[in-house]
Amino acid sequence: MTMDETEILKEFSPEQIVKLNEIIKKHKGKPGGLIPVLEEAQVSLEYLPMSVQKKIARELNLPLSRVYGVVTFYSFFTMTPRGKYTVRVCLGTACYVRGGKAISETVEKELGINEGETTPDRMFTLETIRCLGACGLGPVVVVNEDVHGRVKSSKVREILSQYK
Amino acid sequence: MSTVKLTIDNRQVEVKVGATILEAARSVGIKIPTLCAWTEINHTPGACRVCMTEVEGQRGLIAACVFPVSDGMVVHTNTEKVRMARKMVVELLLANHPQECNYCVRNGNCELQKVAEFVGLKEVRFDYTQFPKEGMIDHSSPSIVRDSRKCIECHRCVAVCEQIQTVSVLTPAHRGSKVKVVPAFDLPLIESNCIACGQCILACPVGALYEKDDVDLVWKALQDPTKHVIVQEAPAIRAALGEEFDMPPGSLVTGKMIAALRRLGFDKVFDTNFTADLTIIEEGNELLKRVKEGGTLPMITSCSPGWIKFCEHFYPDLLDHLSTCKSPQQMFGALAKTYYAELSGIDPKDIVSVSIMPCTAKKFEAQRPEMNSSGFRDVDYVLTTRELGRMIKEGGIDFVNLPDEDYDAPMGEYTGAGTIFGATGGVMEAALRTVYAVVTGKDLPSLDITPVRGLEGVKEATVKVGPLGDVKIAVAHGLGNARKLMDKIREGKADYAFIEIMCCPGGCIAGGGEPIPTNNEIRVLRSAALYKDDGKVQKKRQSHENESVKKLYDKFLKEPLGHKSHQLLHTHYEKRGTEVPHKKNA
Ligand code: SF4
Ligand code: SF4
Ligand code: SF4
Ligand code: FES
Ligand code: FES
Repeated sequence: MTMDETEILKEFSPEQIVKLNEIIKKHKGKPGGLIPVLEEAQVSLEYLPMSVQKKIARELNLPLSRVYGVVTFYSFFTMTPRGKYTVRVCLGTACYVRGGKAISETVEKELGINEGETTPDRMFTLETIRCLGACGLGPVVVVNEDVHGRVKSSKVREILSQYK
Repeated sequence: MSTVKLTIDNRQVEVKVGATILEAARSVGIKIPTLCAWTEINHTPGACRVCMTEVEGQRGLIAACVFPVSDGMVVHTNTEKVRMARKMVVELLLANHPQECNYCVRNGNCELQKVAEFVGLKEVRFDYTQFPKEGMIDHSSPSIVRDSRKCIECHRCVAVCEQIQTVSVLTPAHRGSKVKVVPAFDLPLIESNCIACGQCILACPVGALYEKDDVDLVWKALQDPTKHVIVQEAPAIRAALGEEFDMPPGSLVTGKMIAALRRLGFDKVFDTNFTADLTIIEEGNELLKRVKEGGTLPMITSCSPGWIKFCEHFYPDLLDHLSTCKSPQQMFGALAKTYYAELSGIDPKDIVSVSIMPCTAKKFEAQRPEMNSSGFRDVDYVLTTRELGRMIKEGGIDFVNLPDEDYDAPMGEYTGAGTIFGATGGVMEAALRTVYAVVTGKDLPSLDITPVRGLEGVKEATVKVGPLGDVKIAVAHGLGNARKLMDKIREGKADYAFIEIMCCPGGCIAGGGEPIPTNNEIRVLRSAALYKDDGKVQKKRQSHENESVKKLYDKFLKEPLGHKSHQLLHTHYEKRGTEVPHKKNA
């Protein structure tokens, strides 16, 4: 087993690795195989860390730099796992002027992570967005499908606690 | 060949089918500014838009570098609309660029500056981007510095690294305003598989990629009265240094180079060509030994450190094919602090050994931990041709009008065989001359082995060497070409006895430390200068005729491949592989 495979095993189950191998096998040797492999791997592994990108590069016989270039170019791919809940804080103009920035800072403090990161227990991923089209409700925080309007900093903890 | 007729700026132009507007315009001397296009390696991403032209019947402006011509096409390259649009493009580029021309390594030789001048830019109406102080400049490599702030995203470096060198270190990554050229996972260069060849530096139109500058360290050594500072210059320097002083490419400036080094304060001016001759004796004997004793064949030359690192990463299973000979630079270093120290009675700890190289990978090589067989760092500092040019300017020396001077004895003497090391095929030619003489006791019927010369990517030849019979050899330059030979060896299909591989396309005369621009036309001229030195200037053309090398063996080394040679002149390699270090979520 290569160093990478030991790394992969730290993060994924043997079943997921079997699945990854199947995905690679399906597209190997076909021109333009990289993007479909990455897409299917993203769907079944949920994120594409370094170890997975290295394995894909090696098995498709492509430069690692190219794999990394593609993964970072398309927003569909992520290198870190997503949490069970995605918290999106709106920083569009309307929400921003009504204190959106303070809300996003409070959420960061509450969860102990920065924008784009996931909590170590994989419960929450934090993102910011620009205008949801619900400006009248600003500042707006969305957790998965739930829209929370007129959020105050003091209410952030209460909102998040609904998702434990 | 079928052609296309079109009109550019009211002039009739006829070019071959498939040519771009840019090519058509150039063919009649109409200039169009370019930045991202690098036609010599077919890199035309059409990204920068400074080459815009107007084509009748087409909506919007057309990028000349990618748009193919067609019959009857009418092109305008200098309308008001075109000129305004080009200005705007350059203005936007400059607004997002550090305002550092005065102290930028490319000041005066920067394509962005030239394009700004071309389009007649007089002001930048936008706010300049403020760049963070930290994190934008990668100083991790001993050879190459990357300054992302100055990058204009032309991807010429990516193209040369991937298509010509097939190392594929660099990639465009991220999206939107965060787009950046980086190694995989944004790792520092030192942690990537970068082989330090510096071809990306030659590709870069601006100061976003450049050599790690060691000029100040050398000035410091020269100022130190307790140090005895000696210098060696690679063959390729003398064929290119003049370009740093606006002399025409191909000027052979050996005498001026030596004079300049003396004026800078070096105590002794020696020559890497001396150890190039020595390399031929050691390597020639190693080849004969392998042939006689059934050692690993084909044997491959080992003087190009970028090539060595490439082999260590990508062909670790074939390292036994590499000659164990150190490169001439490192042979020189090991002898400087042993043989020369003994001869001159100077304590090796007081000797500072400097080398002037066409190559950024030589900086890396000099730092390899095993390169200390004298008991000290064998080579202390490596400067590229460009750095030496800057030093000579800083030293106030009127290079062009210097008199010719001669090297110092004993490590300055060399033959024409040593000189041609700097061009692709040169090591092979030099080795064959000596191997032939050693085996047959006679000189080759003609010392010019022309099939190994020139810019063809892979060259092959067969030479009759007396009782050895037909010796089949091959030469490759540029790592994409090297791969072709290495894959053949891996498949067991290479029936050569000896292979020369040079990392850089054209050999050392086009190394990553050579003057900018370096292109095929200039490669040919610089090589011609070396062949002129070999054919017309040097009286001796065979390494085994070098008297100082003979004396070195008599007095010090005793015999080729002997005990002392093994200790000082030979080395071993490291299986590096292609794995980059594993960091979580880098
Ligand atoms: S890269 Fe060119 S434009 Fe940019 S700072 Fe250097 S000289 Fe000036
Ligand atoms: S120095 Fe050579 S290997 Fe390294 S990034 Fe530049 S072109 Fe690629
Ligand atoms: S580093 Fe230089 S060659 Fe590479 S993309 Fe940037 S500007 Fe172009
Ligand atoms: S700005 Fe937040 S919803 Fe429109
Ligand atoms: S040179 Fe034509 S788009 Fe850059």
